[in-house]
Amino acid sequence: MSDAEPRTDGGATATTTARLRRKVDRLTVEDVGLYVVLALAAAFYLVPIESGLVTSFKTGTAIIETAPFAPPGPSGLTFEKWRTAIDVLLRGMGNSLLYAVPATVISAFVGSITAYGLTIPTWKKSYKAVVLMLIIAGIFIPYQAVLVPLTQFWSQWAQLTDLLSFVWALGIPNDYVGIIELVITHVAYGIPICTLLFRTYYKTMSDEMIESARLDGATLRRVYRRIVLPLSGPMFAVVLIYQFTQIWNDLLFTLVLVSTESSPAAPVVLILAGLGTSMEGQDFALRMAGAFFAALPTLAVYIFFGEEFAEGVAA
Amino acid sequence: MLDFYRRLYRTIRPSSGDDDGEVRADGGVVSDGAAGSAAEPERDLVARIKSALDRRFGSDFIESSVFWLPPFLLMGLFVYGAVIWNLLISLTDYERFANAPDYSNLDFEMYTRALADSGFIDAAINTLILLVAFTAGTLAVGLVLAILIDRGIRFENTFRTIYLLPMSLSFVVTAQFWLWIYNYNNGIANSVIGTFGLGPVSWLGNQEIVLYAVIFALMWQFSGYAMVVYLAGLRAIPTEHYEAAKVDGASTLKMYWRVIIPQLKGATISAAVVLMVFGMKAFDFLYSLVGGYRPPNGADILATKMVREAYANLNWAYGSAIAIVLFGMALSVIGPYLVYEYRRDNL
Repeated sequence: MSDAEPRTDGGATATTTARLRRKVDRLTVEDVGLYVVLALAAAFYLVPIESGLVTSFKTGTAIIETAPFAPPGPSGLTFEKWRTAIDVLLRGMGNSLLYAVPATVISAFVGSITAYGLTIPTWKKSYKAVVLMLIIAGIFIPYQAVLVPLTQFWSQWAQLTDLLSFVWALGIPNDYVGIIELVITHVAYGIPICTLLFRTYYKTMSDEMIESARLDGATLRRVYRRIVLPLSGPMFAVVLIYQFTQIWNDLLFTLVLVSTESSPAAPVVLILAGLGTSMEGQDFALRMAGAFFAALPTLAVYIFFGEEFAEGVAA
Repeated sequence: MLDFYRRLYRTIRPSSGDDDGEVRADGGVVSDGAAGSAAEPERDLVARIKSALDRRFGSDFIESSVFWLPPFLLMGLFVYGAVIWNLLISLTDYERFANAPDYSNLDFEMYTRALADSGFIDAAINTLILLVAFTAGTLAVGLVLAILIDRGIRFENTFRTIYLLPMSLSFVVTAQFWLWIYNYNNGIANSVIGTFGLGPVSWLGNQEIVLYAVIFALMWQFSGYAMVVYLAGLRAIPTEHYEAAKVDGASTLKMYWRVIIPQLKGATISAAVVLMVFGMKAFDFLYSLVGGYRPPNGADILATKMVREAYANLNWAYGSAIAIVLFGMALSVIGPYLVYEYRRDNL
């Protein structure tokens, strides 16, 4: 033990100096190459988005005459497409917010509670593992495998349209039942991922405080409210952002539960999927403007909370 | 076996001291139980069941079930209940505008029909190609990006943010972008290969190419995700491993191939599973590409075929059968993965 120590020490210094020397030596060629590759990759990721953005401001002739990634000239510049896109999509944005926000908040909260119950309290690990496996497998289910039963459930078994007749009597179109169904559906299918995200966080939480609180006779509910929940802030940010992006972006459930883009309750993704297609061909400028407008909320979330987003997807 | 009965016996017989000798504990129980049931039989029973459950499942089992059981049941109903229900529907002949399937006559007709349907076979093959090519390609790109970013570069955050940006966008949105890129007359794809004297290619119209064009677009969207996962894996490798390889005189390429990449096994597996699931969900992308249930010829996958059969053609039972096949495919990936994670104590 004692004679090993100087040797490792010497080795460490040697490698540090070697690394320093290498750094200076290679700074020129290799690093330049590295940054060129990184920049090219960045261009690859940005060009589709950039070309979409410039195209959305182009007139019909500018689209044909200018390169797809070049900005429109002064004569080819128009805001008309954005105006049309906003006109068409604005009600969809409202509808999307109407289910995305409650579904996000509820599923994050439920996920936190579930993860707490499966992580902090002590009960047999092998049983916990079974419950956890069933929950985690739920993340990976292809939703196609539940679509037909889901349709059956909402149309034949849980007929919210009849149950909520007093709401429609207030003058709200009864298509909005689709929004309520979307909230419940997204919460149910969001529980697995939210639970997993919170569990990875709670697993690393220090036991000391919780254990001493438990020894003092605090109930599980008290431990959650006084200790775990107040410390969950950072993870709530991650989960809320992840869930919001997922729910906002999802098309499949909206397609099945709301079905038509002409419905007053149609979410933005549903309207966007059919935007700019007509008998005369495709209006690309309108499509791009619509795509950007629909992506604004998730883009804003990503730009302001990029770190949390990365953490959410990496978990 | 004997041990099992002994445990069972203990769980139904509350005893005051677990570690005491069996005979003494038993003796104590009989008198305790008799006294308790004489005074307050109901509370005693509840307490007895509670302590029995506690001993079987752990001390916090009952108290903690308030937290996890209701969400677990809700999720179980929507996920596993629905999958079983779906299996049941796939055995009926449910189609058209009938309100509910007729469950009295169950058979595998829909599955034999699928095997005889060339459209189904094509979609299944396309699904496999998509899953394998998309997952492998995305992992490779993600790994390269992660290694480049991990070289201690400046503006690391900026590059990472840019690479991950497409992931925050909806399939519906990215489909619009790629439709424009693949446009025959004015798209970027054709102007890029045009500079090399190639093309123009009808990316979405040519049956041989369209699937790969879609895969390329999906890789663009998700390679940032693979990068983030690999980056976390790379950061977990101690610096000494790099240095040891350097001291041994290994070239950079060799070092990554021999020393670093083998240590990324865990990251690769979890990223691959998630990517395959994303690949199976490519429905949104294909739907938005055409704005309808019929994807471009040659790009039909099981996910799109299922929804089309059920919601456009109203062949509910047939759609359910396809969904079950898709579910089976997903399960064959997820099942081993979960077992693997459980073995590594990672759940």
